[in-house]
Amino acid sequence: MKRCNIKKVLLLGSGALKIGEGGEFDYSGSQALKALKEEGIETVLVNPNIATVQTSEGIADNIYFLPVTPYFVERVIAKERPDGILLSFGGQTALNCGVEIYKSGVLERYGIEVLGTSVQAIIDTEDREKFIRRLNEIGVKTIRSHAVESTAQAHEAANELGYPVIVRAAYALGGLGSGFCNNGMELDSLCEKAFSFSPQILVEKSLKGWKEIEYEVVRDSYDNCITVCNMENFDPLGIHTGESIVVAPSQTLSNSEYHKLRELSIRVVRHIGIVGECNVQYALDPESEDYRVIEVNARLSRSSALASKATGYPLAFVAAKLGLGYGLFELKNSVTKSTSAFFEPALDYVVCKIPRWDLGKFHGVERELGSSMKSVGEVMAIGRTFEEAIQKGLRMIGQGMHGFVENKELVIADIDKSLWEPTDKRIFVISKAMCAGYTVEQIHILTKIDKWFLYKLQNIMDTSIELHSITDLQSLPECLLRKAKRQGFSDFQIARAIGFDDDTEQAALKVRNYRKAMGVVPVVSQIDTLAAEYPAQTNYLYLTYNGVESDVRKSEDHRSVVVLGSGAYRIGSSVEFDWCGVQALNTIRKEGYRGVMINYNPETVSTDYDICDRLYFDELTFERVMDILDVESPRGVILSTGGQIPNNLALRLDSQRVHILGTNAASIDNAEDRDKFSAMLDRIGVDQPEWKALTSMKEIDTFIDKVGFPVLVRPSYVLSGAAMNVCSNYDELERFLKLAVSVSKEHPVVVSRFIEDAKEVEMDAVAQNGEIITYAISEHVEFAGVHSGDATIQFPPQKTYIETMRRIKCISRKIAKELSISGPFNIQYLARENEIKVIECNLRASRSFPFVSKILKLNLIELATRIMLGKKVERPAKNLFDLDYVGIKASQFSFNRLQNADPVLGVDMASTGEVGCIGDDTQSAILKAMLSVGYRVPAKNILLSTGNTKQKADMLPAVRLLQDRGYTLFATGGTSRYLAENGIKNTFVYWPSEGLQPQALDMLHERKIDLVVNIPKNLSAGELDNGYRIRRAAVDLNIPLITNARLASAFINAFCNMSIERLAIKSWAEYGNDNNL
Amino acid sequence: MKKAALILDDNTRFNGYSFGAEHPASGEVVFNTAMTGYTESLTDPSYAGQIAVLTFPLIGNYGVPGKLFWESEHIHPEALIVGDYSESFSHWNAVESLGEWLKRENIPGITGIDTRALTKRLRESGVMLGKIEIEGADNTLSPVDYGSENYVEKVSCREVIQYNEGKSKRVVLVDCGVKANIIRCLIKRGLEVIRVPWDYDFKELEYDGVLVSNGPGNPDRCQATVENIRRAMHDEKPVFGICMGHQLLAKAGGASIYKLKYGHRSHNQPVRMVGTDRCFITSQNHGYAVDNKTLGTDWETLFENMNDGSNEGIRHRCKPWFSVQFHPEAAAGPTDTEFLFDEFVKLL
Repeated sequence: MKRCNIKKVLLLGSGALKIGEGGEFDYSGSQALKALKEEGIETVLVNPNIATVQTSEGIADNIYFLPVTPYFVERVIAKERPDGILLSFGGQTALNCGVEIYKSGVLERYGIEVLGTSVQAIIDTEDREKFIRRLNEIGVKTIRSHAVESTAQAHEAANELGYPVIVRAAYALGGLGSGFCNNGMELDSLCEKAFSFSPQILVEKSLKGWKEIEYEVVRDSYDNCITVCNMENFDPLGIHTGESIVVAPSQTLSNSEYHKLRELSIRVVRHIGIVGECNVQYALDPESEDYRVIEVNARLSRSSALASKATGYPLAFVAAKLGLGYGLFELKNSVTKSTSAFFEPALDYVVCKIPRWDLGKFHGVERELGSSMKSVGEVMAIGRTFEEAIQKGLRMIGQGMHGFVENKELVIADIDKSLWEPTDKRIFVISKAMCAGYTVEQIHILTKIDKWFLYKLQNIMDTSIELHSITDLQSLPECLLRKAKRQGFSDFQIARAIGFDDDTEQAALKVRNYRKAMGVVPVVSQIDTLAAEYPAQTNYLYLTYNGVESDVRKSEDHRSVVVLGSGAYRIGSSVEFDWCGVQALNTIRKEGYRGVMINYNPETVSTDYDICDRLYFDELTFERVMDILDVESPRGVILSTGGQIPNNLALRLDSQRVHILGTNAASIDNAEDRDKFSAMLDRIGVDQPEWKALTSMKEIDTFIDKVGFPVLVRPSYVLSGAAMNVCSNYDELERFLKLAVSVSKEHPVVVSRFIEDAKEVEMDAVAQNGEIITYAISEHVEFAGVHSGDATIQFPPQKTYIETMRRIKCISRKIAKELSISGPFNIQYLARENEIKVIECNLRASRSFPFVSKILKLNLIELATRIMLGKKVERPAKNLFDLDYVGIKASQFSFNRLQNADPVLGVDMASTGEVGCIGDDTQSAILKAMLSVGYRVPAKNILLSTGNTKQKADMLPAVRLLQDRGYTLFATGGTSRYLAENGIKNTFVYWPSEGLQPQALDMLHERKIDLVVNIPKNLSAGELDNGYRIRRAAVDLNIPLITNARLASAFINAFCNMSIERLAIKSWAEYGNDNNL
Repeated sequence: MKKAALILDDNTRFNGYSFGAEHPASGEVVFNTAMTGYTESLTDPSYAGQIAVLTFPLIGNYGVPGKLFWESEHIHPEALIVGDYSESFSHWNAVESLGEWLKRENIPGITGIDTRALTKRLRESGVMLGKIEIEGADNTLSPVDYGSENYVEKVSCREVIQYNEGKSKRVVLVDCGVKANIIRCLIKRGLEVIRVPWDYDFKELEYDGVLVSNGPGNPDRCQATVENIRRAMHDEKPVFGICMGHQLLAKAGGASIYKLKYGHRSHNQPVRMVGTDRCFITSQNHGYAVDNKTLGTDWETLFENMNDGSNEGIRHRCKPWFSVQFHPEAAAGPTDTEFLFDEFVKLL
């Protein structure tokens, strides 16, 4: 039964999205808050991630956009005095913070009860030694290291463990002296090497090639246990589960293996004393039933979010209820609404999770996959054959692939090596290998991937070969067409296989019409948690060709509105579009229509079946969207709340007479197509930086002679990582164009004049029939040159001239009118003095919509959606000039996860997440925001390299402030001289390349530095290398690093003028309550 | 692959391809929602007379292991219906593919069926008879009547078999179609097991307790077993019933049995121990159930199904007799209730 002494509960969020901590915690937290609300419990949420759904109105009662750190959480506790706290819904961030405030006695002091799993149980799972001991108590095997100090001892350990073993040198960084040994001889030679690095080595059983299996377990306080789902990694042990393709349920486990591991999971969870949800990870020997427990996560996790979406079992929701004292037997299955929540879902489909990487965005990053996570998002594909699921999934990751086959030829130098050493491209290397005639057996030996998966991939390849033998559509037999569709082939793949080379999009349409005429169409199936044993009351749907009958009827009443979601989270498109999608759905339903969502990202709230009337967990390709529209016959489709993926479909959907709500497709195209947009700006007399699409070096030279350096270069075809770059001289330009980009008639590069020291200003707005209804102007802290997704953004602007704002409004009005915009849009401007230029315009919601909506306390998406639905809207009375507080949006970077990547900011986006904090003034907002993305106020020592002369001068006041506040300053060459000349005391340190003492790198390694300000001067090789080594060391050693002069100044000003203790602990609702001017 | 079809009694036709023996078959069409364990299910004698439909589509992935891992000597259902059969398999203990095995055992199998649509049909109309037709085969069959057939007689052992001789406690195992794992669970607990045919009069044997096993078909066909159980009850010996055994013990205690609309066949049936907060996930395979209303006053409900409230176990208020509708021996399915064997041992 529910405990009645809990009236107010604090929930800790996970902060900004970062690699390893993604959108899944917005979903978990939102579910938990919903569960608490249902019980009439008052909720308090600490989470600075302003773009999330959980920090929206109506989800939690009191929201604090503050860092999830012990200091701030304690202050919130002191103010709010909650009765209970939930620690397991905000990832590792919340868990770590919770353990700290438990250990420091804060929870006890304020009499706060930890709901769900006890902190002691959490500690038992987090501390490796304790964890092994606890599992040992119940005879459950873990992966254990034997520390040895001689070769003889190493042999003893190896014999006990059984070969192969891994040897690691203790205390050696970067895996020096580590390796695998298959026998005693190999052990001898490796020991010799390892002992030269370290007096002690660790011998572990090698589980290379073992299967990796996970179970999601739920336990209530009455000791009732269920396992909601198990999952199997496609990639064997050795690749982080976040980097692996994962299937659910397991496919290669026999009943005996499945239930052996299930039973062990329950035994572990009971022994540790979990109340709520928990994840148990195993390594399983592919040649026997031998196993090891890898780890136990005593909290909601990426896997639990995936399991919830894979099964329809709302793990976080149930876990929150269990935390309140309910038994599983008291809760209902939220899909059938009639059967018990104490059950284990039966699936009648298979799901496939595929990670999404963005490694191409980073300079110098290692592409090899291993034990640390690098992916930034994921997709989940549902099918009734593995072939169908995996091909859907490979399209969903959105990296230009059409499935397992019929992709652009991949250039692989050494197939064997690429199979053996997995990278983000591994699955496509398998495709390539199969094409090249490798057998399943050969690929299995090189990859250790279970042969069952490879057989299935081979099936796809075989069908592809069969399709290739067909020469024209009319001779494609129905049975082959059906087989291909059942294996997840898209119309596009079929068209390409048959050999329509020229316009494949048109050809795909022909395939579509051909198959529809034959009646080859997908059916709609429900995810019902019980494999059709009981009827489902919710509409959680997917499409499949492996069926003869749909579970839902076609809707004919035109009362539904379809919203296209944003797909996989990736750099540049993340939780902010989930928020937009959810707001659109809420508005649609509020206005009396049925809301329909199409999306496939398991980390989102928009794919929670509670949020809409029908959820199609499926592809956002033209083909699939059309399939769904055939079933839905909606009143219209909303493209403008899901970022770029839906936007790109505008013209094609329009050509099929799909009713796009809001701005029409032709206008969207006029804004997206650079040529058309540019011509339009000229026509209406709006200024823009000069630019040209160029196809030869000669043309580029002529253009640069005209506009001068620096220039921004945007290639259409990229060879290596770099996608966009600013070049300040011929050297850089040549290097960039030769190394990274191919220039040709087919692949023009767009070169534009790069305006230095210009302010970047953004206009987020909503218009109706070309007339702006409301708007929000915000300014970047950094000058132009830092991608708007990485920039620190202030709203309302505090340092932009009124004149500039007036001009921006005026230009925006012109553009809105010319494109007759109806709905959300965003325009980015450059402003120097009062000279305004348009950089780009998106006729959709932008990344900053949730931020400005929440600061303004005016939901721009709700307004935009009402306009798109054709409702009359009033011009809201609110505007940004009335706000008596400011918001700062700061970016979160994940460079620590991306080995070797240069943590420098440029014109291409690199951040993985963001926070938004509110303050009564800029300084307090900046300080809260910077602390929220992991910066710390430096204690004493600061290392400065402040860039070129101009940047040095710009930073001088801030550096002087540091001196005044008693900081000890260290500086490299030029900076040191410059500071000395300007009367600022500092200690000179040498660059890494100079090799002399005192040495900057050594100071970092000795942890003598509390903050590094390292501003790259330019892109010259030596400068980059020296700076790179310092920047990289700062990241690897977890020392706060700033690489932008303007941001550095802003942060320094903030922490020098404002102490943390003086920061107001105010909830979102408390800002802007006093309306007296 | 040859074309094949399943035709239900209501004339609904499901087309697919044959991957097993190529001859027609008929039986009661039932669905099972388990996601693993086709080897165990196929060798479970309780499936005799039935056509098994697996709702989980991907089947055959891990092939078929040797006999050691089976639940009886043979495949028992009349036929197997799946969505996406995998001829290629991968597992360390597999010795052949599922298709090869079905052919060897002379059992038809059909793949390419929308088992979800089929299951929905069975859920809505109730279980019904169905037949399998194979392209090009002679598809004439004599009609069956599942309810009146005595399947127990067909699958029970013919003579007494002893296991683990010489142990201090002896259990009579009444074989109505016993799964091997029940025997393993008894042996593992150090018991001597005397396995007797379903209608064997065991009162002359020396024993400490009786276990009445699972089995196929209509419990009303097993009156002989009911009589034997009554005699054991007369001696006040401990009795433990599983599945069919549960229904027979209930009958011996005076209760009556009814047929469920579409039965419980899955690995995820939640049961609650009545009067407690203890709940278990159980493996089940039954089409008949004990009618709670007909339980005598000396008996009480031990477990109930948390989804539909049906009876999942009974016990006598003072005598050492109890039984469960689900399978504590699992195989296939969850092992949460194996402790019931320990409870039985305590009574001996």
